[in-house]
Amino acid sequence: MNVDLYERIWMWIAAAIVVLFLAFVGVSTFAQGIHPPSHVETIEPTKVFEDPRFSRIGTPTELPDGTIEVQVAAIMFAFVPNEIRVPPGRRIRFRMTSADVTHGFMIAGTNANTMIVPGYISQFTTVFEQPGDFLLVCHEFCGNGHHAMHGRVIVDSAAAVVKASGPSHQEAH
Amino acid sequence: MVARTVDRPTATRVESGGSVRQLALAHFGVAIGSFGVAAAMAMMQALSRANLDLPFRSPSLYYMSVTAHGTLMALVFTTFFIMGFGYVVAERALERAVPYRRFGWISFWIAVAGTLATVVAILSFKATVLYTFYPPLRAHPAFYIGLTLVVVGSWGWCAVMLLALRAWKEEQPGVPIPLAMYGFAATIIVWLLATPGVAAEMLLQLIPWSLGYASTVDPELSRMLFWCFGHPLVYFWLLPAYVIWYTILPRAAGGYLFSDPLGRLVFALFILLSTPVGFHHQFMDPGIGSGWKMFHTFNTFWILYPSFVTAFTVIASLELAGRARGGQGLFGWIRRLPWGDPLVSSAIFSMLLFALGGWGGAINASFGMNAVVHNTSWIPGHFHTTVGSAAALTFMGASYWVLPRLLGTRLELAPMARVQPYIWFVGMLLFSIPTHITGVMGMPRRVYDATYGNHPAAEAWTTLTSVSAIGGLLLFVSTLFFVLVVVFSLFGEKADAEDIQFAEALEDAGPRALLFDRLGLLAIAAVVLIAIAYGPPLWNHLQMIRFGSPGFSPF
Repeated sequence: MNVDLYERIWMWIAAAIVVLFLAFVGVSTFAQGIHPPSHVETIEPTKVFEDPRFSRIGTPTELPDGTIEVQVAAIMFAFVPNEIRVPPGRRIRFRMTSADVTHGFMIAGTNANTMIVPGYISQFTTVFEQPGDFLLVCHEFCGNGHHAMHGRVIVDSAAAVVKASGPSHQEAH
Repeated sequence: MVARTVDRPTATRVESGGSVRQLALAHFGVAIGSFGVAAAMAMMQALSRANLDLPFRSPSLYYMSVTAHGTLMALVFTTFFIMGFGYVVAERALERAVPYRRFGWISFWIAVAGTLATVVAILSFKATVLYTFYPPLRAHPAFYIGLTLVVVGSWGWCAVMLLALRAWKEEQPGVPIPLAMYGFAATIIVWLLATPGVAAEMLLQLIPWSLGYASTVDPELSRMLFWCFGHPLVYFWLLPAYVIWYTILPRAAGGYLFSDPLGRLVFALFILLSTPVGFHHQFMDPGIGSGWKMFHTFNTFWILYPSFVTAFTVIASLELAGRARGGQGLFGWIRRLPWGDPLVSSAIFSMLLFALGGWGGAINASFGMNAVVHNTSWIPGHFHTTVGSAAALTFMGASYWVLPRLLGTRLELAPMARVQPYIWFVGMLLFSIPTHITGVMGMPRRVYDATYGNHPAAEAWTTLTSVSAIGGLLLFVSTLFFVLVVVFSLFGEKADAEDIQFAEALEDAGPRALLFDRLGLLAIAAVVLIAIAYGPPLWNHLQMIRFGSPGFSPF
């Protein structure tokens, strides 16, 4: 195949660009340990409010390792609870699931973002460095009240946190 | 760049008014009709985005119109246009009659019946599940059965196209497939690799569940099957646009295709890489292991490569045309391009918008940045520069080119056709750039009302959403122009139509191009890649203890 010199050069540059992109992703993954967010854990979607893993909804709980666990249930068309108070500078682990359709959870203007799929538990850990009042939105269409499904995450050093008595439910499962 | 001048060989004249004419026109009719309806839906959404207090405004109408817009644009308009254009290419590039046209008609009517069932279900407010139809949102069974029939009809089209290709191959052993048909063969293989995913979702999950034969459905399994289809779907839209850029645009601009073999390389790479990438739509999903998301990420970045190569080949072809028209200097050739030809301007604007879309796509594929934009308005901002521009605007330009040639009429309302791509370009910039920005600010996609109790975060994006609404109105005006030109041209004055001819290549296919013609081998390699990318995660998924969801219809 006869390829024009300039095009040949461009093809190498294009390949180099792709390799460079992959190098960025590879270094962040393997050297810095930044993985695609993922959590594999299932739950019966019709029994979310009876499940012991969601017995602390509305009560941010400090786990033995110092992480604060916040449990959220998503329903049409609200987050339970709709207002979440957490302290700044602490590791916050959000654990969420849906009691009906697929929802989304996003704290606007941040990278705190996950799908909430019924039958599955979503989980991610984040740190809010500064106090603030953040908008929490559902970003997956969940019905005609979708736009009404929003809440607030208030980062405040006075936020009440309960200490867990036993091991976290996550470890128990 | 080498500015070789070549005498243009006189192409063999192909008889116009060929036998797929009616079949192709029927497809274009459905495509353009759906496009008009879907654009009207989009205008309502634009007005909603501007937060105007219109009397008929309501959440149920808004979400229904989003469903209708997405389904008609992304699944009906594109598929019917591509099928119609494919028939034209099969007949004119292979220079022989397409066999089994009766089967083509049967397939067409199956797809039309499916479209009608789907559209009736949506417009009667029984299927407001958006075009991604994620369960456990449950639509009327007619919605799922209708869409399945559209896919079944498209499989019939694939069969006719491949039989036409095989008949030609038997007559012309040792001749490489003409590039335009090669591109369509790649399109068809990508489609045949993509659609089993959604067919499985429909037949094994959604249809029995919506009919009441199954009480629950696993939503995460549905999402995996959907995106196994959903990402190659975008290449199903894109590859016919590439066929137009490679094999029609250079000639319309007055020049040659810079390199035919590189076009083949590009299409072959799309066959291999289109499908094993779907998890990049599911970075934020629970229930899928991190390692498999990584694997799909690596594949995703490689799929940028054929588009990088295309950028060079197509721009080089345009440069050849500009210089052949007397353009001088480093950039002087750009001015000399026939900017008044609506196919040429459409294609060039499509590429400019697609450059923006490609850049955004690389960001979406990077899971770290994806967390900021996932399911925000960034995503519709992104895909309106890809399917809404690279594909839709190119298809509109190609309609101006192909319809008069098929009908043997003049292009009526030519001044409107000339300005239409410019209005689309400006409208799309005004729509998509603010929509990208509000996405980064955290505005979700597909919301009836983005005021969120006047939270300061939501107040920050209202100016930008108004700008995007103006863009949406311009896009609607552009669509009106397009539909008017097409309708008037249908009943236009008879004229000596020009031939349907494809661009000559400066760098010809050559005997080694036959290597690329081994489509079966390429398809097998693609199947192996898909088996690696999807086999183990699907197997792992099915081994898990899972709980199904009952259905909900909150609309």
